[in-house]
Amino acid sequence: MSNTLKKLLAAMLGSMRDLLPIVLVILFFQFLVLQQPMPNVGQILLGVLFVLLGLTFFMHGLEQGLFPIGESMASAFARKGSLFWLIAFAFCLGFGTTVAEPALIAVAAEAADVAANGNMIESTQAARKQYANGLRYTVALSVGLAIVVGVIRILKGWPVQWFIIGGYVIVVIMTMFAPKEIIGIAYDSGGVTTSTITVPLVTALGVGLASSIRGRNPMVDGFGLIAFASLTPMIFVMAYGMVI
Amino acid sequence: MDVFSAIVDVTLGTIGDVLPIAAIIFGFQFFVLRQKPANLGEILVGFVWVLVGLSLFLLGLEWCLFPLGRTMAEQLTDPVFIQSTLAAGETAQDIDWKDYYWVYIFAFLIGFSTTIAEPSLMAVAIKANEVSGGAIGVWGLRISVALGVSIGIALGCYRIVVGDPIHWYIMAGYIIVVLQTSVAPKMIIPLAYDSGGVTTSTVTVPLVAALGLGLSETVPGRNPLIDGFGLIAFASLFPILSVMAYAQLSAFKAKLGDRQTENAES
Repeated sequence: MSNTLKKLLAAMLGSMRDLLPIVLVILFFQFLVLQQPMPNVGQILLGVLFVLLGLTFFMHGLEQGLFPIGESMASAFARKGSLFWLIAFAFCLGFGTTVAEPALIAVAAEAADVAANGNMIESTQAARKQYANGLRYTVALSVGLAIVVGVIRILKGWPVQWFIIGGYVIVVIMTMFAPKEIIGIAYDSGGVTTSTITVPLVTALGVGLASSIRGRNPMVDGFGLIAFASLTPMIFVMAYGMVI
Repeated sequence: MDVFSAIVDVTLGTIGDVLPIAAIIFGFQFFVLRQKPANLGEILVGFVWVLVGLSLFLLGLEWCLFPLGRTMAEQLTDPVFIQSTLAAGETAQDIDWKDYYWVYIFAFLIGFSTTIAEPSLMAVAIKANEVSGGAIGVWGLRISVALGVSIGIALGCYRIVVGDPIHWYIMAGYIIVVLQTSVAPKMIIPLAYDSGGVTTSTVTVPLVAALGLGLSETVPGRNPLIDGFGLIAFASLFPILSVMAYAQLSAFKAKLGDRQTENAES
């Protein structure tokens, strides 16, 4: 128990150092540039304390729970040797972690407003909801596919840059044809899909797979899954904007 | 009591986010792999830590950083504030892109500091350090990603102010990525591409989105629905460049070091 406590204290010091820059930036702008007094000081201090504790606990749980499970599953799948189940798992992980992502739900709702204002869809509640949901499932599907392709790439040891650069070329070509209103949202949707829980899990999965397959280097082959997951949503969202 | 109910609300929300992930992981673990991981108890405790930690973290952000950051973004982009920074003799008609300098400085600093506090980037940095056997430093990676994000967001703000179409910037960025890929050390490439995606997560996105919307609402002639988006794309493109640059710099320094030791020996 005292061991856990010691680790937590060390992690807390680390979190303080990680949060210090934000605190300094906020204080600098609040007092020196904008010259405004701090509103609700009590709540803000409590919030800072929560952020500090939360980050500490999260990092602790990351090392104890998320990394080990991701790695142990990767090596278990490699031992089992069933390509079908590995791909099924990769797809579910990508789809499942994205479809419920709050940032994505927010972006989809904004995109529906944009589409309604641009007269791409009817300006009713039902039409917006349908559009937003369609977009959400499109993005989740694209992330699922991205993880699948990324996992196959790790198994085969193909160089990551051909896929990513190829993907960029598709993005650039689609940008020329996609409706102007959707472009910014499409570019942003690539960034919002990778949440705080997904990233460690997916990274551990990739690195774990690359370490358990002979001839794969975890550094060269293990990373790259997240890059796939942030590229495909751009393509799929623009396609969604062009079709609907 | 208010605090307590807020904690319960956020925790329930986080459980809702984590539940599908946990269901997938443990479902596959027990029904497909059919084996118990060696230290299941410890892993479950780890999940509880993650859950509690993420809830507290999000709640704290909602209470301190987000309201402050959003108000700041609004105040800094407010025409009244911009005009108050003008030199004597200038009027509102004379405002050009240079007069938004506090916005760029704010964008740069907030991009840097929120990226340093981004938990998913810490996770990737820890993993990269472990896998590379220490060749990639946790802080080296985090600082180069943070620099990439801050330059990206500052440039993105400039784009909103001058009103250039976003895709020219993004395409130019892609071209640089392609060129840099061909010369950067091979082992950094996948990690560099990944760092584009991890930077924009819990802490950075809400603040950056607020900055983009605030800016496009105030600058005359901008449409928030078209120009307000896209800052996140800048924040995910530039870390790719900066991480590859970091690796190139490290390789260059190692080469220089080798040459020096050679010279000293001869």
